[in-house]
Amino acid sequence: MQSFYGCDSPLDAWKKVARPGEVVGLKVNCLSGRGASTNPVLVEAIAERLEQAGIPQKDIVIWDRLNSDLESAGYRVASRKDRIRCVGNDTAGYDTELTVFGSAGSLLSNTLAKTCDAVINLPVLKDHGIAGVTLALKNLFGAIHNPNKYHSNAGDPYVADVNMFAAIRQKVRLTICDGITAQYEGGPSYMPQWSWPYNGLMVAKDPVALDYTGWQIIERKRAEKGMKPLRELRREPLYIATAADAQHRLGTDDPRRIELVEV
Amino acid sequence: MAGIGFPQGLALAARAAEADAQFTVEARFYDKLPYKKIKCKLCPRECVIDDRERGYCGVRENRGGTYYSLVYARVCAAHVDPIEKKPLFHFLPGSMAFSVATAGCNVNCKMCQNWDISQSRPEQLNSTYLPPKRLAGLARQYQCPSIAYTYSEPVVFCEYVLDSAEAGRDAGVKSVVVSGGYIQEEPLKQMCRRVDAIKIDLKGFTEKYYGQVVHGELKPVLNALVSIRKQGVWNEVVYLVIPTLNDSDAEFRGLAGWVKAELGPDVPLHFSRFHPDYLLKNLPPTPVATLERAKAICDAEGLHYVYIGNVPGHPAESTWCPNCRRAVVERAGFTVRAMHLDKGKCRFCHQTIPGIWGEAFHV
Repeated sequence: MQSFYGCDSPLDAWKKVARPGEVVGLKVNCLSGRGASTNPVLVEAIAERLEQAGIPQKDIVIWDRLNSDLESAGYRVASRKDRIRCVGNDTAGYDTELTVFGSAGSLLSNTLAKTCDAVINLPVLKDHGIAGVTLALKNLFGAIHNPNKYHSNAGDPYVADVNMFAAIRQKVRLTICDGITAQYEGGPSYMPQWSWPYNGLMVAKDPVALDYTGWQIIERKRAEKGMKPLRELRREPLYIATAADAQHRLGTDDPRRIELVEV
Repeated sequence: MAGIGFPQGLALAARAAEADAQFTVEARFYDKLPYKKIKCKLCPRECVIDDRERGYCGVRENRGGTYYSLVYARVCAAHVDPIEKKPLFHFLPGSMAFSVATAGCNVNCKMCQNWDISQSRPEQLNSTYLPPKRLAGLARQYQCPSIAYTYSEPVVFCEYVLDSAEAGRDAGVKSVVVSGGYIQEEPLKQMCRRVDAIKIDLKGFTEKYYGQVVHGELKPVLNALVSIRKQGVWNEVVYLVIPTLNDSDAEFRGLAGWVKAELGPDVPLHFSRFHPDYLLKNLPPTPVATLERAKAICDAEGLHYVYIGNVPGHPAESTWCPNCRRAVVERAGFTVRAMHLDKGKCRFCHQTIPGIWGEAFHV
């Protein structure tokens, strides 16, 4: 974080993510239970750093779609307002006003739309059986009430359209992709036979650049294991290019413009 | 994680799990695949679903390689409606239908009037547990000769429809289905064996329209209509006319020709007026003149019962005898003002008017 933000100390870096007084949401990815979900130890470390940066526990919310998903991934649902909260959208509910962009129309989770001022997106580095990969952009499907409607055509253009919703564009400040254990096939369910210890975290403010980079990591691993590229399986994540196009401008998928710094 | 747990969370989760269990039954139409995946065989979409994931409809979930419906008896809307509201015009006119819905739909129409339930997941809505026998009992209690499965998409709560239709029959209550007809052959056959009438929303007449506006396919819906016809279940067809999207003469002519050839000239065809909603708020309501043009084209093609809907007071809400041209069922909005039928025949010229008529009409 210190290197990423060009600060003199890690704490200074975290202070750039959020200011005291803001409620910070940690959007984890828990659909797959233990093994292929955002690691609770990572989330605990992030929460600790936020606290050290002046964000009190009461202003930190860990969230995903369902309480049951959170619990199956090793989190404990918690609703006390003086502590770190951990809550599924099924409890927090959804906004009543429809948000629309392009092909997508959804109700946003109250946690994103009303509770949080800032969000740190915490996806997992993994394959997705329909959308190709599920990384930064796809993880925000966990913020809408109808994600099942938007997997057609490998999620294109829906993933990009959902990420254009104002609350998502304005509140997601940082993505930290959990690649401690990554998965190159069989996702989003946890398939240990297709997982490998990538032992890395990917940090970016540009979700498109992160997705493009993560996709290439997965493709390289697939090639190494003798598997077909996603394009041949008709699940190339074209939504990444759509997210970068002139109608979306959510970031860049041009490798010449992505500065990859390995620490 | 240390420091962020709270016992109340577990209690909430336990209550949610308990509530979930009473609405959950194993789905009846799916195949098991390797690695705990399943393929849904309920609708033509044939979703292949990973463990812990749901299909396009959002109400069916793979749990450890077994596929479950999460909406069995999970009723999120229940009303007593005139049967004309469905609309079914040749089925017990003037009667009331005990109308129910659950969350979910297997398409995503941009003009959906009920998107708040059809595009939601069951846990996002307040629901009541209404098992089949109780549903049939309520229909009788409210003096409804039929149960209508409507508002959202009955295909996605198929198991509940099948069991409730049987319970209804046992209690002397008929069942009608209001559907988009995006369903596979086998579940449709099972439905046809149990229900008394099916109204299909034929939302357009081109694959392009179905792809762009409905997010489905036309061909399976046409196949379903033919199948319903073959199985002898009473069927009516609704076509929602949306300005600029599905309102060309060519579409109306193609539709009329297809209905006449494949379903016969006696199948009631309703042209309904569109009102802006959901993702199609940029278009105006359908001009009445467009609906009248559609009706004129279908009349000229030889269809006998072409109606105009969502235009209260329009003469084309009434049923006209195709032989003597007199009104045999006079309607105003959802109200039946007069019936001139005698055992399904025109009282003026004795022409048989196809339908299921019964004794439901009361002045």
